[in-house]
Amino acid sequence: MSGIQTLEPETKWGRFQNWVDDRLPIFTFMRHSLEEYPTPKNLSYWWNFGSLAGVCLVVMMLSGIFLAMYYTPHSQHAFESVDRIMRDVNHGWLLRYIHMNGASMFFIVVYLHMFRGLYYGSYKSPRELLWILGVVILLLMMATAFMGYVLPWGQMSFWGATVITKLVASFFPGLENGILQLLWGDFSVSNATLNRFFSLHYLLPFVIVGVVILHLVALHKHGSNNPLGIDLKNPKEKIPFHPYYTIKDFFGLGVFFLVFLSIVFYAPEFFNEPDNYIPANPMVTPPHIVPEWYFLPFYAIVRSIPWRWGGIFLMFASILILFVLPWLDRSKVRSGTFRPIFKISFWIFLANCCVLGYMGALPTDGHTFGLPNILISQIATFYYFFHFLGVLPLLAKYEKTLPLPTSLGTPALGAKNV
Amino acid sequence: MFKKAILLMFLAFMSLQVFASDAEHPPKMNWSFQSIFGTYDRAALQRGFQVYHEVCAACHSLNHLAYRHLAGIGFTPETIKALAAEKEIRDGFTEEGEIFKRPGIAADHIAPPYINESAAKAANNGSLPPDLSLIVKARAHGPDYLHAILTGYAEPPKEVQLGENMHYNKYFAGRQIAMIAPLHEGMVNYTDGTPTNVEQYAKDVVTFLTWAGDPKMEERKSTGFKVMFFLIILTLFMFFTKRRVWRNIKD
Amino acid sequence: MLMKREIDPTEKIQETKRDFLYLTTAAMGAVAAGAAIWPFIDSMNPAADVLALSTTEIDISQIAVGQAITAMWRGSPVFIRRRTEEEIKIARAVDIKTLPDPEKDEDRTKKDKDEWLVLVGVCTHLGCVPGNKASDSKGDFGGWLCPCHGSHYDTSGRIRKGPAPHNLAIPPYQFTNEKTLLIG
Repeated sequence: MSGIQTLEPETKWGRFQNWVDDRLPIFTFMRHSLEEYPTPKNLSYWWNFGSLAGVCLVVMMLSGIFLAMYYTPHSQHAFESVDRIMRDVNHGWLLRYIHMNGASMFFIVVYLHMFRGLYYGSYKSPRELLWILGVVILLLMMATAFMGYVLPWGQMSFWGATVITKLVASFFPGLENGILQLLWGDFSVSNATLNRFFSLHYLLPFVIVGVVILHLVALHKHGSNNPLGIDLKNPKEKIPFHPYYTIKDFFGLGVFFLVFLSIVFYAPEFFNEPDNYIPANPMVTPPHIVPEWYFLPFYAIVRSIPWRWGGIFLMFASILILFVLPWLDRSKVRSGTFRPIFKISFWIFLANCCVLGYMGALPTDGHTFGLPNILISQIATFYYFFHFLGVLPLLAKYEKTLPLPTSLGTPALGAKNV
Repeated sequence: MFKKAILLMFLAFMSLQVFASDAEHPPKMNWSFQSIFGTYDRAALQRGFQVYHEVCAACHSLNHLAYRHLAGIGFTPETIKALAAEKEIRDGFTEEGEIFKRPGIAADHIAPPYINESAAKAANNGSLPPDLSLIVKARAHGPDYLHAILTGYAEPPKEVQLGENMHYNKYFAGRQIAMIAPLHEGMVNYTDGTPTNVEQYAKDVVTFLTWAGDPKMEERKSTGFKVMFFLIILTLFMFFTKRRVWRNIKD
Repeated sequence: MLMKREIDPTEKIQETKRDFLYLTTAAMGAVAAGAAIWPFIDSMNPAADVLALSTTEIDISQIAVGQAITAMWRGSPVFIRRRTEEEIKIARAVDIKTLPDPEKDEDRTKKDKDEWLVLVGVCTHLGCVPGNKASDSKGDFGGWLCPCHGSHYDTSGRIRKGPAPHNLAIPPYQFTNEKTLLIG
C-alpha cells in the first residue's frame, strides 16, 4: 500500500496503476520483488541457475501443452501419435525435441543450482525452508520426468515404468501386489497405467509452479545468499534486482539457450536411448534397461545393495537426507570459500555423485578398472551417506575455518572471492 | 589443482567402453547427412527407395510413412500417385459388410507386405521382420549398424553352430540372424549408371531409411543455423548491455 | 560506491552509445521472443496428414442421371447429384428475387456441366445433414429436406422454406476428366 505514494499519478498509465494497485497491489508486488528487490551485488554466475530453472519450467510447460494437443494417451496409439507429431504436425519435431531435451536441461540446471547451494551453504539458517522447498521441487520433478518418459510408449518407456513401479511397490513388503495393481490399474503396465501417467504428468508441473512460488516467497524473505556467505548488513552492499540482475539473467539465458538449442537442432537424440524408438512390447525386454541419465546415481544406489528392500530404502533415503541437511551441517560458516576442508569434501562428494551416475549406466556384473561394478557402487553409495552423516557433522565440529570478512569491501585475511 | 585432477579422473572413467554383446562393432562410415551442414543425397535417396521397394518391401513394412511423404525424397506428385495406385488399400466396409478395397492414394500409408503380424511371422519361419520406419533411430549408431548388417553376411566359421533357418552375420547380436542375405549384385537396375553392387545398394538403402526415420533433418539443421546465428549475436549484445549496466558497480 | 556516477567528459557520446546498445538489445530480444512463439502457434494449424486429405477425388462415372451420392470431404458430407433435365429446368425457372438467398442456378454449377450439382451437405441452419438417400424425403421443392428443423432446399440446393438462412454451400471443385471429380 505504501507504494501508492511513489507511483507517478500524472500520467494516464500512472493513474491506472494506482487504481489497480489500490484494489489489487500487483504493481507494488512486482516492483518490490522484481525491480527494487535488494540483491547482494557480489553474486557470481552460479546464481543464474535459479532463474534458468524457472525458464526451463516455463519452456517445458509450454511445449508440453502444445504437444498434448496431438498426443494420444492410449497404448494402441501413443507411439504412433508421437511419430505423427515428428512427421506431420507443423513444427512438431521442434516442439518434441525441445520437450525431450528440455527435461535433461532442466535437470542439469537444477543439479547445478543445488550444488551451488551445497558449496555456498545456502541451506543454512535462515534459509532451511527455502532449501527444503527446493528438495520438494526436485522430488516433484523426478516424478513428472519419470511419467513423461513413459508417454512415448517405446520399449524403454514400458520397461522403465515396469521396473520403477515394481521398485516403489517392493518398498512395502507383503503389500507389493496390491500396491502394484493400484499403481497400474491392471495386472501389468497397461493402457490404464499410461492414461493415469499422462494425467499426472500434466498435473504435477502445476503443483511444481505452486511450490516454486513458495520457494520464491521464502527466498525473498531473507534475500539471496552470496559467494562470501556472510550477512550483508550495509544496504550499500545490495543493488536493486532490476536492471542489474534482470540483464545478467538475460545474458545467462542467452548462453543457456545456445547450449540447449544446439542440442535440439544438432544432436536431438543425444540423451535418448535408441530402444525407445521400438514400440512397447510386453513380451520382450530390452537387453539393457537404463533410466534417463538424471536418475542414474539413484539407480546405482538401489542396485548396489543385493537386499532389495535395503536398496530401495537407501535410494529414497539418498534424497530424503537432503531434507535434514541444514541440521547435519551445523557449521556457522556458510560459504565453502572459508572452509578449506569442506571445500575438498565438496569436490569429492561431487565426484562421488558422478561415479554413482556412471555406475548406474553400467551393467552390475561388469568390471571397471579391474574392480567389480557392484563393489564400486557400494563404496560410492557408502561415501554418499558418509558425506552427510559423517563428514559434514564432523567438519562442523572440528574444521578450522578461515576468518570471515565483515563486509564486501573488507576482504579478511586469506579470503579470496570466488 | 584439485578440481582439475577430479575432472581428469572422471573423464578417464567416462572414456572406458563396455560391450555386453559378442557381435562385432559396425565399422564407421562416412555419410553425407552426418555433419552439421550435412544433407541427404537426393539421388541416393531415390535409389535407396528403389532398393526398399524392390527388395526390402517384400517382407518389411514402412508403416509410419505415407506415399505423400515421398515428396521429401524428390518424387513428383505424379510419381507418388502412380506408386500409391499400384497397391490395393482396405478402407472400411462396403454396404454389404464386406471389406472395401480401393487403389491407394497419396495420403495413404505405404501398404505393408503382410496383413498383420501373425501373417508376417507365418511367412518368415516365425520371425517378425521389423517395421523399417524408425529402424535407424532404433539402433545404436543406426546408419553404420544397418550398413554393417546388410554387408556382413559370410560363410559361418567352422565352430559356429547355426540354428535352424538362421544365417551367419558377425554384426548381429549372437552372430545369427533370421533374415537371409537380402542384397545380391545386379538385382536392382539403377537407371543413373550407379554401380549395382551390394555395397552400393546397402549405402543407398541406409540413406533412404535414415531419411525415413528423420525426414525433418534438413529442415532442422537449416532452421538451427538461423536460430543459432541470431542467438549468438543477441547473446553478445546482452553481454555488452550487461557490462554497461554494471559498469558503475564496484566490488 | 553504489551506482556512483563518474564524471566523464565524453558523457554525451557514452549516452548515445548506451541508447543504441539498449535499444538494439531490446529490439533483438523482442524479435527472438516473437520468433520463438511462432512454432508453438503454428503447431495448432492443420497437420500435413490432415492437409493431404483436404482434397478428395471421386469417381463419378457410376452415377446415373437422377441419382445422388454422398462423399466425405474435410470431415463433412458432400452431395453429388446428377440432375435430370426436368430438375435443371425447375431450378432455372425460379424468379430468384423471390428467394430468401437469391442466387442463379447457373452460378451454382459449372458451365457445360449443369447436370452436376455439388453441395456441402450441411444445413446452413444449425449444421444437421439433410437426407440424401433415394428413400429420403426431397422436401417440398424436390431437393433436400433437413430432418432437424424442416428446412427445404430446391434442386439447386437453395433454401426455399424453413429456418435456414443460406443456400447449401458449394465446395471448390473441378472435373479433372470425364470420370473424376476433384473436390477441394
